Amino acid sequence: MVIRTFYYIVGLLFTLTVQASPQIEHWATDNGGRVFFVSAPDLPMLDVKVVFNAGSAQDKTLPGMALLTNAMLSEGAAGKSSDEIAAAFEDVGANFGNSAKRDMAILSLRTLTEEDALNTSLQMMTAVLSEPDFPQAAFERLQKQVLLMLQAENQSPSAIASRAFYSSIYGKHPYGAMPVGNNEVVSNLNVKSLKKFYHQYYVAKNATVVLVGAIDKVQAEIIGEQLLSALPAGEKASPINPVMELAAGKEVVIQHPSQQTHILMGQPGISRDDPDYFALYVGNHILGGSGLVSRLSNEIREKRGLSYSTYSYFRPMLQLGPYQFGLQTRNDQAQEALEVMRTTLNLFTSTGPSDAELTAAKQNITGGFALRVDSNSKIANYLAMIGFYGLPLDYLETFKGKVSMVTLEGIKDAYSRRVHSGKMVTVMVGGKAN
Amino acid sequence: MQMLKKLILACSLLLASPALVFADVSEYLLKNGLKLIVKPDHRATVAVTQVWYKVGSSYEYNGITGISHQLEHMMFKGTENLAPNEFSRIIASNGGRENAFTGRDYTAYFQTMEADRLEVSFRLEAERMRKLIIDETELIKEREVVAEERRMRTEDNPIAMTREAFNATAFVNSPYHHPIVGWMSDINNYEAEDLREWYQKWYAPNNATIVVAGDVEAEAVYKLAEKYFGKLTREVTAVVKPQIEVPQLGMRKVIVQTPAKLPYLMMGWKVPVVKTADVAWEPYALEMLAGILDGGASARFSRELVRGEEIATSIGAGYGLFSRLDDLFIVAGTPTKAHTVSELEQAVMQQIEELKSELVSEQELKRIQVQVVANKTYERDSVFYQAMQIGMLETIGLDWRLSEEYVKNIDAVTAQQVQAVARKYFIDKTLTVAELLPQPIGDKPRPKSSFGVRHGY
Repeated sequence: MVIRTFYYIVGLLFTLTVQASPQIEHWATDNGGRVFFVSAPDLPMLDVKVVFNAGSAQDKTLPGMALLTNAMLSEGAAGKSSDEIAAAFEDVGANFGNSAKRDMAILSLRTLTEEDALNTSLQMMTAVLSEPDFPQAAFERLQKQVLLMLQAENQSPSAIASRAFYSSIYGKHPYGAMPVGNNEVVSNLNVKSLKKFYHQYYVAKNATVVLVGAIDKVQAEIIGEQLLSALPAGEKASPINPVMELAAGKEVVIQHPSQQTHILMGQPGISRDDPDYFALYVGNHILGGSGLVSRLSNEIREKRGLSYSTYSYFRPMLQLGPYQFGLQTRNDQAQEALEVMRTTLNLFTSTGPSDAELTAAKQNITGGFALRVDSNSKIANYLAMIGFYGLPLDYLETFKGKVSMVTLEGIKDAYSRRVHSGKMVTVMVGGKAN
Repeated sequence: MQMLKKLILACSLLLASPALVFADVSEYLLKNGLKLIVKPDHRATVAVTQVWYKVGSSYEYNGITGISHQLEHMMFKGTENLAPNEFSRIIASNGGRENAFTGRDYTAYFQTMEADRLEVSFRLEAERMRKLIIDETELIKEREVVAEERRMRTEDNPIAMTREAFNATAFVNSPYHHPIVGWMSDINNYEAEDLREWYQKWYAPNNATIVVAGDVEAEAVYKLAEKYFGKLTREVTAVVKPQIEVPQLGMRKVIVQTPAKLPYLMMGWKVPVVKTADVAWEPYALEMLAGILDGGASARFSRELVRGEEIATSIGAGYGLFSRLDDLFIVAGTPTKAHTVSELEQAVMQQIEELKSELVSEQELKRIQVQVVANKTYERDSVFYQAMQIGMLETIGLDWRLSEEYVKNIDAVTAQQVQAVARKYFIDKTLTVAELLPQPIGDKPRPKSSFGVRHGY
């Protein structure tokens, strides 16, 4: 029985011809920046991302510099203070953010497309991007904040494990350092070195602009030009050195007064343009990438109740990103859980998945494809990835087809060539069993 | 051809004025008391189903704390017609993503899938609404999983330990006293019969709300709901005890000493919420006040405490308008290295005093109002979030349309009202303060408490 039905319809909402995947438009700005645009007219808002190849992989011997440089951009620009910059965005309801990871340094904006909001926020973003002032006082404050963050890491077993994991699988390669840096380097950074880093890497040829929202192509072209025209063309960042594969397995044990032991295990994995990407992605989906229904979860959580979360994933990057396995368990169960994790991996690499598992995985990935692109923010993230890593523009359109083509033999073959369970790093951070 | 023309016309209209596209929401009540709310959103071919039950940690009492959350875990462990974990496998093979969450006032289950798979969700959710099996062996394993979850989120996280002690100090007899996940000793001692009883008490169509948002038509969803949920029988569900918090008669302080690197401060004042407020505008004035202090990088906390005085390395204000029982207005943060927790506490008190003595500026009010309006648009980028707002409001016993009125209510708040709630509620008598006092992780010397400087202890 219907008791109440409410209809708040002003304009009739037609189901638009739904594209299987978003239509991406792409062009270059006059000074060599690349723009990626998807028109999304339904909501009166715009997502903007400007991504530079200026992550911590580029700060080489000075880990932390890329992150601090990125953070400093909104601390003073074009003569405006950080207070004024923050107020300029927030007075028109815009959200501005910046972040730096290993590969990417990102500035992002979400704004209404109403004229005043759009103009004000884009103007401010352009200033932040192209005319940062690097005020000394703000630098010192951020430096102190980062030093405290570094201290806080030491009260988190998962943060301690993560740092040890990256350092163990990458050694002296720039991926081995954490983007936040370390105490020694961050204490000795100065504004001068940050400015130098900024001038080298925050240039048009090193930039990818992403626009998703209720603007048309002409507007998108104008915005792309506006954002980058104040930057010099500059040069693309030079490629990061290749990652060396691990020569031997290694165990790192770190004492921490926690009730659980955090276990991370893994090795260098795959790059974004890796020819084995799909075989390894689908294979890992079965092994540890599909949440509660993965083999790892079944063995460790469902059958034995050893851990709340257990997983494995590839994080594809410019060079080989990590292949990481993880779980956390009560200290006295750590050895048992580690054994189960290793046995599960070994069984998978030696015999591969079953037919039924492969079918289920494909059904999950292809049947759920629409979920990957069901919001502007998800589409913007895909555009950033496609643009930054130079993936083909039809990456999303061909995704399902490529997943469907993965075979049992293909997975086994890729795992045998690329995944070496005997040469993995294992990090254990926790307390003594009592 | 005719159809195509129409479609093109509609497209260009949308392009011209997208703000005119309003969501239509339909609400149904099935004969067995189940409520269904449908919010079509055709931007993607996806739909989310959320099943909300009126039960959560605030329905619990000592000895079985966390049982709502444990039951949430057990809902994946088998029914009369589904083997343990089969629910998840079926959803996965249909391309779905699923999970569940337990709060103080609700337990909710969700699946996101291509909209044409909605029936799969309904069939499975109807099954576990009435036909759950609590198997002893499965429970014992899953108890361990929940214990591990608690260790990960709470025991090994000094800030979470502080938050737990803070809530348990601020609330004496209100069930907001205990953590959602439950105390460890309670988790370790749930019996199968406890879980069965809890399920029997609260899991019934007349204690549930289903929200579907996405690429669906309301009438078709209603028909599906009739087909799968319509046949479930109404139950006499339990009545939750009021457990009204006793009046607080003075400031409370608690220190948490645990291995950590950085100190942490939490302060909380007892405040009303929309559900409990005698004066309807007060919760909105408190929400505005939270925005004045912490609504972004231009708000007072960031501007004055993080950047200006550099007393806080991070600081936030938290207030939730929508809960079943009276709640806290919380301020929490970490001092910079040059300052103590006590100095940070004084700086926060100074901010509160300013709100009491001086009216906030029109510009600050305006900024928060603009942000609230903008966020309303941004939220529509996520069907999940839209469904969640509806489900949460319904489940705590409010009308989901309150979320539509939220902007209007915030717009109506005046500077005088912000000052009035600051004066009325930010009083020492109902204040609770917690300090995390880090203990050495290695062999470093033990720091002393910074309490006692201002208030004595």
